[in-house]
Amino acid sequence: MAVRLSIPGARLFGRFRFCSFLLLIWLLFSYRSSSAQESPYIVTYDHYLEEPGSLEVEYFSTFGTQRGGNDFHAFWTEFEYGTTAWWTTEFYLDGQTTFSDSTPFTGFRVENRVRLLDREHFVNPVLYVEYEQTSAADKILKEVEGHDAESDFAEPNSALRKEHDHELELKLLLSSTFKGWNVALNPIFTKNLSPSEPWEFAYAVGASHPLALKALPDRCNFCRENFIAGIEMYGGLGDTHSLGLPNTSHYLAPAVAWNLPSDWTFRLSSGFGLNNNSHRLLLRWGISREFSGFGELVRRLFGGHA
Amino acid sequence: MKRLPMKLIPLLIAACVVCLALAQKDESAQRKHKPSTYEALAEVPQKARSRTNPFEGNASEATAGGKLFEQHCAECHGPKAGGTRQGPSLLRTEMQQATPGTLFWILTNGVVRQGMPVWSKLPEQERWQIVTFLRSINTHRTTPEIK
Repeated sequence: MAVRLSIPGARLFGRFRFCSFLLLIWLLFSYRSSSAQESPYIVTYDHYLEEPGSLEVEYFSTFGTQRGGNDFHAFWTEFEYGTTAWWTTEFYLDGQTTFSDSTPFTGFRVENRVRLLDREHFVNPVLYVEYEQTSAADKILKEVEGHDAESDFAEPNSALRKEHDHELELKLLLSSTFKGWNVALNPIFTKNLSPSEPWEFAYAVGASHPLALKALPDRCNFCRENFIAGIEMYGGLGDTHSLGLPNTSHYLAPAVAWNLPSDWTFRLSSGFGLNNNSHRLLLRWGISREFSGFGELVRRLFGGHA
Repeated sequence: MKRLPMKLIPLLIAACVVCLALAQKDESAQRKHKPSTYEALAEVPQKARSRTNPFEGNASEATAGGKLFEQHCAECHGPKAGGTRQGPSLLRTEMQQATPGTLFWILTNGVVRQGMPVWSKLPEQERWQIVTFLRSINTHRTTPEIK
């Protein structure tokens, strides 16, 4: 990691990484878990929240091509926790490697999703609020906003890391499930907390369908019920100074999720840039595992009774 | 705007863990004072109650439902559906008397304020398979073999 830290900070961060590593190993190999039905979306959100008390640990990678610069591999880790059945909270750590350049840590994000209606409706709204503190070297492209363009990433990491963003991001997650189809639409509103910066707008839309609508009686890894195929489209819509499609970038990304009975989920998505402002290819993949009863464990650690 | 020092990240995470623990404690306290989860069964609309289960009495679908139950429901309701601290027993009289349509509606809509998430992300037929499994354990009080 190319992060510059003071010596005590580096020691503390090193200890934190070691403890995190031990915690992850313990979680992965000794913890009971349950499998969830994860959607194939990587950018778009549907209205389904994390089950209460469950922790989902996710790792994602994005390989991106870069005209006028070096290709990159951006990666992020998500810790997604179901606080209640109507509230999910999530913490992200981002980083990236630009080939023939460097590997910096690029920031963190904290997000909350709150379900607005108690019951299922034809369209189900969920409010999404995120705070992010990232550098301009952040290339995970979790969302494409405003006038984001491929050329923004062409500079070397040493230059990009000098610029830091503090952003508030609001999304309205609208999602509908009917006859196995899920259709989700996310209007996105982002404000850089610097007063001079305008509001930026974006969208993400996705549709997905399981390859089988009925489960087989036997446990199986490769049966069709474990696979969900989908497609996402996302891009920027300008900002308050110049709203609209000019100078924006857009992507179309077929995606697939493989939900294993052994509690792991794999996702693969290949995003194709739709105009000259877009990266030509964003190849993404992710792996995740859900740990049920994590909240109960934490509660007991703090003196609760079983 | 000044950047948050890296060394604060572990402290932030620790603060999050404490908040989550408090949230869990608060939720369990709330659950104690809330009306029984079984009361949600009475709120199911009449039209939904009268829906028939396309897999009623089908042993193979009940076994498939048992597999789905183990994957998605057993963590809260227990491996034999007898209930845990997080979720109520599904073997009680209220459940035995509930129609398949009622169980399907509860699965689809959840009882969100009581901690039961919505499960409409499972395809409709898989939800009916789970209902078939629940009906079978409430009829025979023996869990069909989960392969």
